[in-house]
Amino acid sequence: MGEPAVKIEESKVVADEGLNRGMERLTPEKIEKVIQSVLKSETGSRLKVYVDTCVHCGLCSEACHFYLSNEKNPSFSPAGKVKQTLWEMLKQKGKVSPEFIRRASEIASTECNLCRRCSMYCPFGIDIAYLMLVVRRICHKLGVTPQYIQSTAHSHSATMNQMWVKEDEWIDSLMWQEEEAREEFPNLRIPLDKEGADIFYSVIAPEPKFRAQLIYQAAAIMHKAGLDWTMPSTPGWDNSDMCMYTGDNEVMGRLKKAHFESAMKLRVKRIVMGECGHAFRSVYDMGNRWLTWRMPPVPVTHAIEFYAELFKAGKIKLAKKYEQPVTLHDPCNIVRGRGLHEMARYVVNETCEKFIEMEPNREHNFCCSAGGGVINCGPPFRNKRVEGNKVKAEQLFVAKSKGAKTVIAPCHNCHGGLEDIIHHYGLGMELKFLGDIIYECMEK
Amino acid sequence: MDGSGKWDWDIGKKEIADINKWKETFEWVEEIYSSPDGEKAAAVVKTGEAEFSVCENGTAWENVFDKVWSLRFAPDGRLAGIVSDTGEWTLAVDGETWESRFEFVWNMQFSEAGEGIIAAAQSGRKYLAVVNDTPWENGFADMANLTPSKDGTGAAAAVQTVPFGESEIFKFQEGCYSVAVDGKTWDKNFVNVWEIAFSHDRKHVAAEVRTSLYDYTIAVDGVPWNQVFSSVWKPLFAPNDASVITAPVRIGGAWTLAKNGQAIWDKKFPQLWHHAYSPDGKKIAAIVSPKFGRWTVAVDAELWKLTFGDAVTDAVFSPDGKRVACCGKENGKWTIAFDGNVWGGIFDMAWQPVWSPDSLHVAAKLEKNRHYFIMIDGLPVKKGLEAAWDPIFSPDGKKILLRGIEDGKYFREVLPLK
Ligand code: SF4
Ligand code: SF4
Repeated sequence: MGEPAVKIEESKVVADEGLNRGMERLTPEKIEKVIQSVLKSETGSRLKVYVDTCVHCGLCSEACHFYLSNEKNPSFSPAGKVKQTLWEMLKQKGKVSPEFIRRASEIASTECNLCRRCSMYCPFGIDIAYLMLVVRRICHKLGVTPQYIQSTAHSHSATMNQMWVKEDEWIDSLMWQEEEAREEFPNLRIPLDKEGADIFYSVIAPEPKFRAQLIYQAAAIMHKAGLDWTMPSTPGWDNSDMCMYTGDNEVMGRLKKAHFESAMKLRVKRIVMGECGHAFRSVYDMGNRWLTWRMPPVPVTHAIEFYAELFKAGKIKLAKKYEQPVTLHDPCNIVRGRGLHEMARYVVNETCEKFIEMEPNREHNFCCSAGGGVINCGPPFRNKRVEGNKVKAEQLFVAKSKGAKTVIAPCHNCHGGLEDIIHHYGLGMELKFLGDIIYECMEK
Repeated sequence: MDGSGKWDWDIGKKEIADINKWKETFEWVEEIYSSPDGEKAAAVVKTGEAEFSVCENGTAWENVFDKVWSLRFAPDGRLAGIVSDTGEWTLAVDGETWESRFEFVWNMQFSEAGEGIIAAAQSGRKYLAVVNDTPWENGFADMANLTPSKDGTGAAAAVQTVPFGESEIFKFQEGCYSVAVDGKTWDKNFVNVWEIAFSHDRKHVAAEVRTSLYDYTIAVDGVPWNQVFSSVWKPLFAPNDASVITAPVRIGGAWTLAKNGQAIWDKKFPQLWHHAYSPDGKKIAAIVSPKFGRWTVAVDAELWKLTFGDAVTDAVFSPDGKRVACCGKENGKWTIAFDGNVWGGIFDMAWQPVWSPDSLHVAAKLEKNRHYFIMIDGLPVKKGLEAAWDPIFSPDGKKILLRGIEDGKYFREVLPLK
């Protein structure tokens, strides 16, 4: 698995237009002003408590896959990342150099997945992810954000979706999937804009763009379960949110407003969302709360909860169980963020013949290293991301040696991250969403 | 409502259509829509193999299509839907298709009184608006936030004016979007353009814009306000004075209402949006969050004492401008609130309340356990319907028109107000 530390040194100088050109435009005065203003007006006692409480004990280090995968290089430890970014900004009262900001942005955006594993290991529960988000917010305000994720943030702002999907392309994808599905289920509908439906089904933009079969499968599940559901034909359909991760909180709020208001306009009872983790964090915690909705104004059901509910109610019948032994990757945002791990296991056990646990698991899982927007920072940081998660490869390898052939990852980002890991480390395992398994095994 | 004086306001119930029979006639029947006067019910129906049409009061349109969607009655009673006619997309209005054809059509909208029908269209990767069957002369690389003018003779939209590659982040930040009004763009470009409003006289247009990644403001006829904010929401023109433009703006982490760039409310709130003018333009109401996790209505910055924990939506002024009603949600259940008071009873869903012309009564459609209710002033006048539409008061305010489905039969019923 090579010499990760050396590789990371190399990747530090990898050209990223967002970071490099962003840095060139900075002046010391601007840096100081922005840091002071974010620290003064946007962070409260939470930041102060975290900074004052940390005793630099390093207990959090062993939690972080970047640290563990980089031969315990302290610069990858959670506290080490804070030390190289926020602490220094605080210590210098914002008087840091443009190069410092470039590096801080790179650390916060590409060397931390905001996975919150470390805060479980900190005796004080210090939330390093929150501190890294503060760094990203400062870097956003300074205009120093990696190019690829910044482009994604622009797409969100211009189209209200993550992938520059145009309004007609969205509807066309749905109609196309509906037409395909009618070959298999003659009366199937993907009802658009159906006012008063029970369920508003929302997805992330990679589904219409690259993974349209997931929409097909969801439609098949809704159809067979006899549910009253709808999807909106106009913007607000995408529940994803990379602006939450670039620190563009204003656009994060705008996206969530569009999402919830399109559900409220259709007077639906709840939003059921596809298998995505970060989107859940955005609709259930960060985006709604930025708008001052304490809880989502329309209840949100994650796909895992939804599938569990369907099986418990006997609404989906299986023709067979999935034969190949499977293991399960617990997505951080719905496990540490929402506690859906037992429900996920229930669905796996309902649908699969043989389930092999990955160790550690549940809320102690290791992140896929794609989360927190890291995969969205694109090819310049790909190697660092994949090599920074050797521990995940080892976890998968152990599960494989116990017989697991398929990895179930009920999250889009996890899929992207694990796909790269499986490929890079030559693990030869198959990756599936829960929806893939259910569709494959259900009575049609 | 315009034209409602000509409707049948005789007290009594009329059964208009037996939906169960439709289901026997057609292979499938989609969602039912009701005309504003209640005299018609319509739905998209499947008439044959990959062949669709619209059933209106039991009779299918003569024309059949590859696909029909977005079927809706306009406020003036016309029935319109988006159709694919031998592979080309257009609109069909009362069974007749428009002449203009496109690669795709979507986002059909009506002007307030319904005389204007507009839609978004795409052909040859160019995006444009179609207004009453007349397409804009120019198309754009992309288009969003399509908005009809009040009189239905025109439309405006956010359009992409400068080409850029997805990864060209700095070019994007120079501003590649503008507003097109009737197909003609403003001179100035912006980083983003969001919601758009026409003045009541149709002569002016305002929009939410972002002039950098951090600076938000309102642009009026292409000219941004001098002041910038950390965010803004949809602007509105005062109904009787197109020189007055108001919008919620975010200053120092809290929201207030601004007029022509200057804050006019002396209070700030954690959230403030969906402001609305009274019909005479003298008062402004808005949905606000007075503190994190609570929601209410503010009229000229004065808050109702009543708050809701989950959400407040659909605030609407009475015709005399003295009263406001809205939907409110607490602990997962909806109800109707008016002037700071709340109806008894909680529901699974509520629709925007409707004021009587004399501003004395408020009515609404609500739903509980899949049964629909029509309530007036908090009391049910109709319960247990399988489907229902918003109630409508007669122009003299003495009667109310109900539309619903009971035992599979669509009806209209005029009741006297007690
Ligand atoms: S990647 Fe996860 S464990 Fe590592 S510092 Fe970030 S939040 Fe903590
Ligand atoms: S475990 Fe907690 S206190 Fe110790 S170094 Fe990490 S963040 Fe600081």
